[in-house]
Amino acid sequence: MSYEVRRSVENENLLVLAHIYTATAALVLGALFGLLQGFSRANFIVIPAWFDYYRILTAHGVLMALVFTTFFLTGLFTFATYRSMPRIRSVKLGWIGWGVMLVGTVMAAATIISGNATVLYTFYAPLKAHPAFYFGALILILGTWIVAADVVRNVVAFKRSNAGTPIPLPAYASIITLVMWVIATLGVAAEMLLLIPWSLGWTPGIDVELTRVLFWYFGHPLVYFWIMGAYLIWYLIVPATYGGKTFSDALTRLAFIFLLLFSTPVGLHHQFLEPSIHSIWKYLHMVMTYGVVIPSFMTAFAIFASFELAARRAGQRGFIATVRWLPWTNPTFSGAALGMLLFILGGFGGIVNASYSMDILVHNTMWIVGHFHVTVGGPVALSFIGAAYSLVPALTGRKLFAPKLALAQTYLWFFGMLMMSISMHIAGLLGSPRRTSDVTYFGAAGAQSWHGEMVVAGIGGALLFVSILMFVIVAIGTATHPYKDVDRPSFEFAPVEDAAIAPPPAFDRIGLWAFVAIAVALLAYAGPIHDQLSQHHYLAPGMRTW
Amino acid sequence: MLVVFLGTITFAAVVEGINPPSLVQSIDPTKVSQTPPFDNPGLRKVGTNEYEAYYVARIFSFTPQHLVVPVGAQIHFFVTSSDVEHGFSVPETGINTMVTPGWVSEVSHTFKQPGKYLLVCNEYCGAGHQTMATDIVVK
Repeated sequence: MSYEVRRSVENENLLVLAHIYTATAALVLGALFGLLQGFSRANFIVIPAWFDYYRILTAHGVLMALVFTTFFLTGLFTFATYRSMPRIRSVKLGWIGWGVMLVGTVMAAATIISGNATVLYTFYAPLKAHPAFYFGALILILGTWIVAADVVRNVVAFKRSNAGTPIPLPAYASIITLVMWVIATLGVAAEMLLLIPWSLGWTPGIDVELTRVLFWYFGHPLVYFWIMGAYLIWYLIVPATYGGKTFSDALTRLAFIFLLLFSTPVGLHHQFLEPSIHSIWKYLHMVMTYGVVIPSFMTAFAIFASFELAARRAGQRGFIATVRWLPWTNPTFSGAALGMLLFILGGFGGIVNASYSMDILVHNTMWIVGHFHVTVGGPVALSFIGAAYSLVPALTGRKLFAPKLALAQTYLWFFGMLMMSISMHIAGLLGSPRRTSDVTYFGAAGAQSWHGEMVVAGIGGALLFVSILMFVIVAIGTATHPYKDVDRPSFEFAPVEDAAIAPPPAFDRIGLWAFVAIAVALLAYAGPIHDQLSQHHYLAPGMRTW
Repeated sequence: MLVVFLGTITFAAVVEGINPPSLVQSIDPTKVSQTPPFDNPGLRKVGTNEYEAYYVARIFSFTPQHLVVPVGAQIHFFVTSSDVEHGFSVPETGINTMVTPGWVSEVSHTFKQPGKYLLVCNEYCGAGHQTMATDIVVK
């Protein structure tokens, strides 16, 4: 490599590392807050009033759901795009995107830590946070749009100079996911345009339901943003750990197109129990939610097919032989595979939550908390951590420090999460409310059956925290490991099984699919938004109740 | 599998009328205490074995407290908020709804067993959220 090319690659690697390290910092801080919450609900500790439970809960939710995941994903998609096709020379736009995201994050996080935005990560009006919180969140989103623009301009440049060649699969998965993200975040950006003037005192009141509909227009695709990143890892990074290939190029593209189209028009399944939304819209969104299950089934099929084909090439036959043959001692594989196991539980719970009539049994109970910990905290977090064990050594040229510790970390996370989330699910079925610092209700008889479950969840949370400490040791050990370029592990995305068959050219028409996705979102939301705007004009004044 | 699942829910919704609470009525959240019937919350008899229970949720309590209702009677709960978002949940009964300022939520239930039922707010509403609870006494 010439000096210039080499410097350029180093700069590109550094940009991806900046995203991954920022995500790691958020994960570690978020985990500490998570531990405190688990211990508070189990009545192991009493959190002091000067740094109260709900402030910690807000910080945990924002750092884990919005900061850790988003930074890891913007890093992953930047990496997947740069590595799978010739890059536009400058990475300046990518750096600007990361910088803007960081500024927004620091603004929002400082507002939360100072106690001026104890509104939880859903910031439901009329709870009114300090304007810096809303500005910070909006700036974070703008930063992600800049990263998306950087990926788009690279793909456009590739298409210009390679007419007729399909977009490389890793870049394809990245751009489709980012298009979905931009469409979804338009909703929360619109919500910010209502919340910001109101928090500044320029408007006297807020239409509570309108802000909630806009929030959940974004809130569910947010979940699919995480899942699509995990799917990219499962399809394209994990097969390298067992010498396998991606099952099918065309099937992967089709799954991502389905996810693009069906991730947005589903948000009302979070609002089944809200009085102001007509049940016909709730029903429609439930049907669409079941539609988005299809690409997940396709993915499950493709992943197992990839396992089996690779095992057959290695001379293994049958289910048990295939499972035993898989590289369970590779932390990238074990992270993703254990995440997949947790996702079986997550998928099952999700189908219950999205069901129009069963939601009432679990809405706002600990069941929901259990559910999103076996989704974002399971397949998503474990796949991200597992992928980092491959990516960071390849990006830094430093060997993974203590690989056995990294391996044990993924298993401990799996068992801790299983313990915590199963007991949360049970507590939820018994009616234990979520988002509550202490659920003893002064010793009320109806609250006593929850305590045992909260103790088990607290112990599970402690295991998760130990797992995070192990991750920190591996991360710091790797970052400070002596640099040796000869040690640099090579990194390649998995090849595809059906490389000889070109995917249908229509799949590459990103603009067309974006247009269809916007049309589907508009159709699903035109009715509910029209209802909100036309029903009544009672506005609620903002309040600071913490 | 998905089709069977969707079919079951659709059947329950259309034939048996199992729908989540939707579109009851709106109310000015700043004038809840002046708006009937929420100016005088509590239980009203509307039929031979049928009652309406009006509740106001405000930080960090429900009004009325310790409502007494007859066992085996159908109770229609109407709940609204005079400040922020709240929840209205009686664990293990299926009584569960969001309470949104500007709107009245409705949920119906028949208590078949006498006893003291815990009623909690299950949506974060502020610093004292964990104390926002009362009970319903079924006699």
